[in-house]
Amino acid sequence: MTFPNPLDVREATASRQGSDRAAPSAKSPVVVEARKLSLVYPTADKPVTALSEVDLTIARGDFVSLIGPSGCGKTTLLRVIADLERPTSGQIAIEGMTPEQARLKRLYGYVFQAPALYPWRTVERNVMLPLEIMGIARAERQARAREQLERVGLSGFERKFPWQLSGGMQQRVSIARALALQPDLLLMDEPFGALDEITRDHLNLHLTQLWRATGKTCVFVTHSIAEAVFLSTRIVVMSPRPGRILDVIDCNSLPRERTLDIRESPEFAAIAHRVREGLKEGHSYDD
Amino acid sequence: MSDLTTDPYRTSLRTAADWGLVAIALPTLAALALPVGVRNGAVLGWFGGTMAPLFLIGVVLAVVAGASAPKRVWGAWAELAGVALAWLLPLHLLNEGLDLSAGWGLWLFLAAATLLLWRVMGVLAGVPGWTRSVIVPGLFGLGLLVGWEVLVRGFQVPAILLPPPSRIAAALAANAPVLWDDFRQTVLTSVLRGYVMGCGAGFLVAILADRVPFLARGLLPLGNLASAIPVVGIAPIMVMWFGFDWQSKAAVIVVMTFFPMLINTLAGLGNSERIQLDLMRSYAAGYGSTLVKLRLPNALPFLFNGLKINSTLALIGAIVAEFFGTPVVGMGFRISTEVARMNLDIVWATIAVAALTGSGLYGALALLERVTTAWHPSMRGR
Ligand SMILES: Nc1ncnc2c1ncn2[C@@H]1O[C@H](COP(=O)(O)OP(=O)(O)OP(=O)(O)O)[C@@H](O)[C@H]1O
Ligand SMILES: [Mg+2]
Repeated sequence: MTFPNPLDVREATASRQGSDRAAPSAKSPVVVEARKLSLVYPTADKPVTALSEVDLTIARGDFVSLIGPSGCGKTTLLRVIADLERPTSGQIAIEGMTPEQARLKRLYGYVFQAPALYPWRTVERNVMLPLEIMGIARAERQARAREQLERVGLSGFERKFPWQLSGGMQQRVSIARALALQPDLLLMDEPFGALDEITRDHLNLHLTQLWRATGKTCVFVTHSIAEAVFLSTRIVVMSPRPGRILDVIDCNSLPRERTLDIRESPEFAAIAHRVREGLKEGHSYDD
Repeated sequence: MSDLTTDPYRTSLRTAADWGLVAIALPTLAALALPVGVRNGAVLGWFGGTMAPLFLIGVVLAVVAGASAPKRVWGAWAELAGVALAWLLPLHLLNEGLDLSAGWGLWLFLAAATLLLWRVMGVLAGVPGWTRSVIVPGLFGLGLLVGWEVLVRGFQVPAILLPPPSRIAAALAANAPVLWDDFRQTVLTSVLRGYVMGCGAGFLVAILADRVPFLARGLLPLGNLASAIPVVGIAPIMVMWFGFDWQSKAAVIVVMTFFPMLINTLAGLGNSERIQLDLMRSYAAGYGSTLVKLRLPNALPFLFNGLKINSTLALIGAIVAEFFGTPVVGMGFRISTEVARMNLDIVWATIAVAALTGSGLYGALALLERVTTAWHPSMRGR
């Protein structure tokens, strides 16, 4: 597997389109604002409280990771932001709009926990799908799809069908598909969960470069403490039954420009330690 | 067939002797002691003056060649030649004027040849590509035809009960112009129009019912009701409503095909996974683009299922409906009038045309399905 040099990609991205860069002056500094957000799933036996009184503010340009044990409501929170789920109570605003308005304006790109590729479309046509729906011209669609596939290291696989690819490659296609939309807000649900360590490192490096170059706001779900600390400006530690936020950890002690070796630094270790303590606290609540 | 590669010295008992062949050879040896037929009241054995010994030698040579072939598949082809030769023997004996009905030696021999064919098919069915998908089913059908021919002629079944295939083929050729007119009336006019209308209506109403939930709830129970109505019940009514010509046949077909298409389309439209739908929702895709870009492609296997079921239903519907009134042409009309005149050869010829048409339609749809849903897990790698 080969990946293009991240620096080349960053330059290409920076010079490609002015509109892709966030223009903070024109827009409000807060992208996601949740107040006392609760969500209860009505199930057959007893209702499940997936989110309980969640307060969260995500500023423009933030990279926020959601971490917590399985079933603590990370996916649910992401789905509420994306207007795929309606909260039972509380308020949520995306760029000052309701989630529905934000969705209709196609403000976000969503990378699902599973690749969710359409098996009758080739890899390239899968990436072009959102662009077709937006009514973008064919030539531009193709150019954007090629560019994003190259970014995730899948040049040369355009004509393959998803089921001819490995699980990790499929997930990279789904990332390319979300990036092709060029959204200001990127919602990612364990996008690298299925990948091996080395590929994951590469894509993490890529993602942080992309984030810094484009000024996108990212909300990222992960189970890996190292990944969360490496990527984030802030880490939200969640705990289950009921799903709630235990701790929000700032990562400002780390430089904004991340390289793989910051993982050896004492600041990195300190933040990772705090995340681990938070997760332990969530688990002890169970016992 | 991997014995040769795993055991190059043929040391195991399994490879030293081909027990399958031995099991086939034993009844063959027993058959040699029994008669092959009767001529002018005299019972004839294998060496009673016919060419039977030559056939026997040919078959034995083929089997020996098959057993010593360097590749199991080549061996299978040699054995197939032996099987073909074995089944030609009764035809030769019939030409010689023998009565085969008491020729138990011959029948035992043919039973052994059939076992050999079984072995051959087992090998050929494992060869990917054309061999498996076309030749094996073709050989199977051919085998059935030859068996039918030999058994019917050998046991002198009266043609009025069951004619041999050769006689049906002759009737087909002799009555070709009449049969073509019937085909045009029944298939090209009634079936095609009724099928397109019935399937089209079922599809469109399903799309409507998908948007208007109460329609689906109301129509689905009706579908069960409609599928329980016998054709013979609605056909005379449709003839009264729409007259003798193709319109009444098309109406019967519409009644028969509408609900299967509706039910299959509805099932197909409900076949998309939640995550696939969520993806569309996240793109703010409307009803139309979700339908065209996600739900219809996902429904394709179901649509083809409905279309395939309906292709046979439509043919049956048209033929049966013609029993209740038609202009003096059509396959159903032909069957009903010629049966009454005891003119059974042409009846069988018409049945053959109907069977070929039905499998042709079905095959064409299956081919189309394979092309358009190659991505579906059930079609991949085939
Ligand atoms: N559609 C649903 N209906 C009912 N309950 C649900 C539904 N979706 C999620 N839940 C419940 O809500 C809780 C939170 O689920 P969620 O998917 O948000 O967890 P998660 O943190 O993403 O877990 P994981 O790390 O395993 O993906 C779980 O207890 C789950 O059982
Ligand atoms: Mg989840």
